[in-house]
Amino acid sequence: MDQIRHKVAIVGAAETDDLGQLPHMSRLALHAQAAKNALDDAGISLADVDGLLCAGAIPNEVAEYLGIQPRYIDGTSVGGCSFMIHVRHAVAAIMAGYCDVALVTHGESGRSGVDAPRGGSASSPGGQYEAPFAIGGAPTTFSIPVLRHFHEYGTTKEHLAHIAAATRAWANLNPMAMMGSHRRTPERGGGPITPQDVLNSRMICYPFNLLDCCVVADGGGALVLVSEERAKDYAKDPVYVLGAGEAAAHWMVSQMRDHTTADGYRIAGEAAYKSAGLGPQDIDHCMFYDAFTFTPLMAAEDLGFVPKGEGGPFFAETKTGPDGEVIYKSGPGGDFPMNTNGGGLSYCHTGMYGMFAIIESVRQLRGECGERQVPNVNVSMAHGPGGMFASAGTLILANA
Amino acid sequence: MADYAGRLPVATPESQPYWDGLKEHKLMLPTCDDCGPHFYPRPFCPMPKCFNWDIKWMQASGKGKVHTFVISHQPIPPYNSEDNAPPYVIAVIELEEGPRMMSNLIIDDPYSTTVDMDVEIVFDDVTDEVTLPKFKPV
Repeated sequence: MDQIRHKVAIVGAAETDDLGQLPHMSRLALHAQAAKNALDDAGISLADVDGLLCAGAIPNEVAEYLGIQPRYIDGTSVGGCSFMIHVRHAVAAIMAGYCDVALVTHGESGRSGVDAPRGGSASSPGGQYEAPFAIGGAPTTFSIPVLRHFHEYGTTKEHLAHIAAATRAWANLNPMAMMGSHRRTPERGGGPITPQDVLNSRMICYPFNLLDCCVVADGGGALVLVSEERAKDYAKDPVYVLGAGEAAAHWMVSQMRDHTTADGYRIAGEAAYKSAGLGPQDIDHCMFYDAFTFTPLMAAEDLGFVPKGEGGPFFAETKTGPDGEVIYKSGPGGDFPMNTNGGGLSYCHTGMYGMFAIIESVRQLRGECGERQVPNVNVSMAHGPGGMFASAGTLILANA
Repeated sequence: MADYAGRLPVATPESQPYWDGLKEHKLMLPTCDDCGPHFYPRPFCPMPKCFNWDIKWMQASGKGKVHTFVISHQPIPPYNSEDNAPPYVIAVIELEEGPRMMSNLIIDDPYSTTVDMDVEIVFDDVTDEVTLPKFKPV
């Protein structure tokens, strides 16, 4: 398993120019702009790309749109973690010689809906066995496991509210974050929140209030990967892939084997640790996909950072800073730095957020994060689900 | 009933007996002689070590428990009219026979729902062709 360790590096990573409400850009234009920015970040030409991996689009669509003819393609599209899985597949493809320069793209008009296909067949299992019961997108389905976890382990809404407050505190340090202080608007709000603010916000789908839910945005992101031998030839310091894992556990959330454990997280996490030769104690920084406050709590438990059932009290632990401010466990100054871009909760969530988690891992490992830079980040984990805990992808990345 | 606003399932050849059963107010489950019933209907036993294609249909008791649930405050059809307004309960029901299925709980106060609450089936004839399996507290 350790043969993939340190063989391939990410040499380019970037979002689209802007994130949020972008009604002037289509799904494929978002893919293309993200690709341009990631290639610029690497200092490499589109003409050098010979491997293309994407989700939310058929690789041929993106290849034709960009005007390239890659010799390696992967259209794995299993939700938000597709890009973690793409990185894993790109590592294997580059090692096998299937391509030399792999471009991973994401673009989604998740808010404005410009060429954003929605909905499935009424004859699919989801169409027959879930849709008729008035489910309406992620707030009514990603929430399904939560009360079982509350019931078995005593987790509370107060616990979850601390994750939202901590993540907002990171957003306040990121100029790109939609709900951060920099982009605060009177209509949309933004800026600091307390756990009580989360509990007081409008109920969306119990147990999730509005501030337990991610933002809804347009945007895109992209990555460029090359082999370790070539990794130092580019503009920025390389970020090496040490370990990676993936899994498909179920599809419909009603069919999740155990609603208190994400089997996919465990399978993907185990493979990532094994290939990296590392464990949770070796990870300095975590990007845990947060479509909702509960999502990263499951990651912390199922990836071994905290025993099963103890995620709630773990994240709700606070301390007081030198100026009397509250320091959250996973927030700035806390001892479990997580979702330091402001997360899906407060930075950006297009629908398949995983790309942005990887970009932030890369930036933290490069030391590019300015005010929100976590000290001494040498190993970062980017992890996410696809669908409602249905699939999973885990990456362990390092700057040496 | 013709103007039912919610999303309707369309059966496949493999699931037709399940939807036909509901129309007759019977909850039919596919079952394997060795492993017992499963949900959702597939023409084989979805236990990887079994994968037996000799499937029979059995009638379930219609009794079960709320395994987990949410209370949606979203006006999602058919819960989008004055006399059928949110909040409403979306639940995963664990049937007495073992398998779990998604459904709605018919309950006066959604916030009185509890995990592991005993429930029984209600056949909701939403159109002339489609009956949805819903549940109510016992």
